[in-house]
Amino acid sequence: MSGVNALWQAILVLVGGGAVGFLYKGLDRKLAARLQGRIGPPLRQPVLDVIKLLLKENVVPRTAIPWLFRAAPFLAFVAATTALLYLPVGSLRPVLSGYGDLVLLLYLLAVPALAMAMGGFASGSPYAVVGAQREIVMMMSYEFPLAIAAVGIAWRLASLGLSPAFSLATIAANPLWGAVGPLGWMGLLFLFVSLLAVTPAELSKIPFDIPEAETEIAGGLLVEYSGVSLALFYLADVIKTVVIAALVVALFIPYGIAAPLGVAGVGGQVLDLLFFLVKLFGVIFFAVTVVRVAFARLKVDQVARFYLLPTTLLALAGLLLLVLDKVVMGG
Amino acid sequence: MREKVKPEEKAEANEIAQACSTCFEVPIGPIHPALKEGIRFTFWIEGERIRKVDIRPGFMHRGIEFMGTKRNLIQVLYLAERICGICSISHPLAIVQAVEQAAGIEVPPRAQYIRVIIGELERIHSHLLWAGVAAHELGFDTLLHYVWKVREPVLDILEDLTGNRINYAIPIYGGVRRDVPPEKYPVLKDALRYYRSLVDDFVNFFLRDPSIEARTRGVGVLTPAEADSLCAVGPTARASGLRKDVRQDWPYFAYPDLEVKAITPEDMGLEVRGDVYDRIVVRLLEVVQSIEIIERCLEEMPDGEITAFPKVAALLAHLKKAEGEGIGRHEAPRGEVIHYIRLQAGEEAPVVWKVKAPTYSNLMPWYPMFRDQEIADIPIVAASIDPCICCMERVQIVRDGRAETMWREELLRLSWDKTRRIVGGLGASHVAREGI
Repeated sequence: MSGVNALWQAILVLVGGGAVGFLYKGLDRKLAARLQGRIGPPLRQPVLDVIKLLLKENVVPRTAIPWLFRAAPFLAFVAATTALLYLPVGSLRPVLSGYGDLVLLLYLLAVPALAMAMGGFASGSPYAVVGAQREIVMMMSYEFPLAIAAVGIAWRLASLGLSPAFSLATIAANPLWGAVGPLGWMGLLFLFVSLLAVTPAELSKIPFDIPEAETEIAGGLLVEYSGVSLALFYLADVIKTVVIAALVVALFIPYGIAAPLGVAGVGGQVLDLLFFLVKLFGVIFFAVTVVRVAFARLKVDQVARFYLLPTTLLALAGLLLLVLDKVVMGG
Repeated sequence: MREKVKPEEKAEANEIAQACSTCFEVPIGPIHPALKEGIRFTFWIEGERIRKVDIRPGFMHRGIEFMGTKRNLIQVLYLAERICGICSISHPLAIVQAVEQAAGIEVPPRAQYIRVIIGELERIHSHLLWAGVAAHELGFDTLLHYVWKVREPVLDILEDLTGNRINYAIPIYGGVRRDVPPEKYPVLKDALRYYRSLVDDFVNFFLRDPSIEARTRGVGVLTPAEADSLCAVGPTARASGLRKDVRQDWPYFAYPDLEVKAITPEDMGLEVRGDVYDRIVVRLLEVVQSIEIIERCLEEMPDGEITAFPKVAALLAHLKKAEGEGIGRHEAPRGEVIHYIRLQAGEEAPVVWKVKAPTYSNLMPWYPMFRDQEIADIPIVAASIDPCICCMERVQIVRDGRAETMWREELLRLSWDKTRRIVGGLGASHVAREGI
């Protein structure tokens, strides 16, 4: 792969990823509104929001640490967009495949949340400080099941003799569901459910929107942000939604429809890409949109308990079943 | 307007700083998304726990009582209607009782029933409004949109009966201004049937929802003893197990015939815990109770006149001659509302008009409710008494363009001074000796 080619691909993925992110954000808002019996904003509303924010003044509060306060949104945005480049899109390999793996992606996913917490601490408002504390507590609780799910998959792939096991290209090219026995199948299901449970918290959506919690701490982390900085956080959120959904798809539902339908060549790739977008939409709709209209906001201790006990136990059980499966199947 | 910080306030702040060195101060209000009206809470927070709270009202004072003493009594009635947007029938119902008592006016029975019907319809719409707000405070917007959607039919019925969705202008001294004709009964009954069919849904959505239970059980607890000693009223008191309801304790209008009983969570077979969950239970049961009351009213309502004074001019003439004082009490959706009025012969305007809205009594119970709660509980605990800040604001002290806070010693001295003025020269020495 030549350098120029890679650059073109990267630009395509970033622009395409952003566009898809905006589309899904609009769909999420529209569908959530319909589920709540409202009309909802037009699909282009997220774009309009960002354009308006970009035109607004960027206010830095007097009590803030200015450089950190300004840097945090950039950090969040850059980390989220970089993560896009490590994701397999449909039947295409990740743009930066070979330069980083699943572990790097998990770190990149943690950066926007950390950047938001830093920005919150730096903004000098008690609401933002409370929000930042909550963000950190929530991260510490959900990162464990997330890591178990990722490691479980990679370990089972390695045990099947595939390498590099942590590369997302390998993971996406070798769906595990068919390669394991019934025990492993159940284990995978457990890991899948726990990863879906982590998704809304990664994106700070109800019932896990405690770092922002509008009625409690008036927007929390974001309370002092405005203008370009807020727009960058918004963009980071839009792109992170796509990244998380794509990660779930790559880990657990990496199937294409071109091969079964017998379509080859460019047509097949386009078909797979469209199917990939449908899968992304499915994940976002069921793990984010439906969940956020069906629950009340939890408290920070309830969130921590939810992730540290049932979700972690479910993920551990999944991992254990995968191990047992290897023993039974003789890997 | 800047506030003058008094030495007492400084002393209190120092005391808090010493008592809790790891606390930080979180101001909520006067403007905050959790609050629908302006009031300021100052919380001292340790981690996520509330260690102390200070509540400061006084941002929404409108001087309605003063305005009332410059207008004739009919105009005052309309002013009373505008004290609260949600209890817009409760304040008129209380003031008509006060004036009728002062002027000795007898109200025809049919009018008494119509007053009850409109009052109970208001309770249904007010409790539904509260349920939506509570859901929003918990971050459950789906429920907010659902509840406010099903609240529309009761507003439609009120519009059909009175001509308005909110300010009904129905009661007048001596009766009501509009009849509820028998042709309207079927529509009203349909609406009541509709709400009856929704009760199961409400129980499912509010009382059996795990995320709502997790957020409201054991949150904002007010023990029966505290509710009693702090004079909580309305659903706030009843959720703590006090069987306290003006309609039961001092029945008025048609309520003596309707045998209303105060509702507590025990009526649903639950143990009384006095938390936010119990307040949801009580309000839900009261919606059912209101439906039953209206149904009974429609059956038992006698025919006849709807007002003692069909001509407003005659009413005004009668009121101008009247002399005396009266107290009107009504069980508003939020609790007991009291109006006191004093009339003087030859005066069109009342000499004194004093209003006490239910939120005034429910302010103090906030202190025990907030004790050791988390930041996340602040919005729902604040909303759980269904506060109506504008209606409650009674006074704002401004001296030299600055807002002032009155402290206990000052208030005591002021009340001694007033007692001396009232008792006059004769009793002054007596008052001083007794140290009242």
